[in-house]
Amino acid sequence: MSYQWNWGVFLQPSAAGDDTYLGWMLAGLKMTVMLSLSAWLLALLLGALVGVLRTVPNKWLSGLASAYVELFRNIPLLVQLFIWYFVLPELLPEAWGNAFKQSNPVFQMFSASVLCLGLFTSARVAEQVRAGINSLPRGQKNAGLALGFTLAQTYRYVMLPMAFRLVVPPLTSEFLNVFKNSAVCSTIGLLELAAQGRQLVDYTAQPYESFIAVTLAYIALNLIVMALMKRLEERVRVPGYMGGK
Amino acid sequence: MIKIANVSKQYGSFEVLKECTTSVSKGEVVVVCGPSGSGKSTLIKCVNGLEPFQSGEIIVDGISVGDPKTRLSALRARVGMVFQHFELFPHMSIVENLTVAQIKVLKRSKEEAMDRGLRLLDRVGLRAHAGKFPGQLSGGQQQRVAIARALAMDPICMLFDEPTSALDPEMINEVLDVMTELAREGMTMMCVTHEMGFARRVAHRVVFMDQGRIVEDEPKDEFFAHPRSERAQQFLAKILQH
Repeated sequence: MSYQWNWGVFLQPSAAGDDTYLGWMLAGLKMTVMLSLSAWLLALLLGALVGVLRTVPNKWLSGLASAYVELFRNIPLLVQLFIWYFVLPELLPEAWGNAFKQSNPVFQMFSASVLCLGLFTSARVAEQVRAGINSLPRGQKNAGLALGFTLAQTYRYVMLPMAFRLVVPPLTSEFLNVFKNSAVCSTIGLLELAAQGRQLVDYTAQPYESFIAVTLAYIALNLIVMALMKRLEERVRVPGYMGGK
Repeated sequence: MIKIANVSKQYGSFEVLKECTTSVSKGEVVVVCGPSGSGKSTLIKCVNGLEPFQSGEIIVDGISVGDPKTRLSALRARVGMVFQHFELFPHMSIVENLTVAQIKVLKRSKEEAMDRGLRLLDRVGLRAHAGKFPGQLSGGQQQRVAIARALAMDPICMLFDEPTSALDPEMINEVLDVMTELAREGMTMMCVTHEMGFARRVAHRVVFMDQGRIVEDEPKDEFFAHPRSERAQQFLAKILQH
């Protein structure tokens, strides 16, 4: 194979002339991180809420929460992204739709991506949270109620603190998924890490360097996430319980 | 104090409780026994509304448990309950277990709750373990903490749902000792238990259940000396052999 390796490509000024190709990569990395963290925050908040609602005795609330989970879990991420970005603005009241379409294009892509990734992931977080709550011994809820706690207080002080500890490991893998799934957002033109990698190939004809760099950047990101979640797991570990000392 | 009148409960077509009627007066200790599956745990959980029942009436300190208008949380705060599997909150230290409901439900100050909690911990002989977590204590110690946690709410009566059945044999007595002392102080108690020695020592009355029915409800001496039903005779014969 007569491929001309050229790692120096990253330090060359980019085609637009105002930056190096490394600068493109870093801009993509920054976009990926901002998008993923925003989506993760949304997913955690909504997912925790929906996951709790799935376990409450009220049939209407738990039914609604189930419908939410099934809706967002059973439509491919790519289709959801197109719906948020291309379809939804058309369904909004006309003034809103137009305001959205006239806003900064990066804002349009970014907000659609955050909503899409956030809601998709929230359905998965909700399932983890529900599983965590259901895996608690049944007597814990009774013990909380028997002390005179209301159902809400029982969740707040008794069930959720343990349920969230139990789901830290599965949530770690959802957190990693957010970063990986964010690459899908390049399909609507958002210049995140994967898109910058492809753009670099178009401009420099150095695909190996470009995609090796992209790959390493994703791996580095996820190693950082794993390390942080590991620390969290250790911090919240309960003494005398499941490997805690 | 506790009045149970014609209480029936079904899961689907299966009748767990059939027309159960009994009562516990103030200061009385009533032991509920019977073979497993006889409905005794279900009955005691109906008393503080942890299990709903379809018909009949349960009145605790003048308040109807089955009435949808009753604020169950307020009633439960006044009725102590101890569970088979202790059910301490594993993520809280022992002292937090003892104070959390005092602070959040009874609105006691932290100092007051702490003071009350530590005194009770002293009483069950576990003061030295205040800063530990439930997972670091033995089963018997956990159950004593659970009793102290219930007492910290200054309950008007105590419900015990098989408090010793999940314990190793050598830990049963330390829990029974705490319960015996409590009974001697005049606490109103309803205990589901197989500990017939405990029943003999401290119970005033024994309720014997079988297949969802209350088959016998007798003063203790009567029950042990002359169990009327054949089922109770068999039960006692099996249990007392050992």
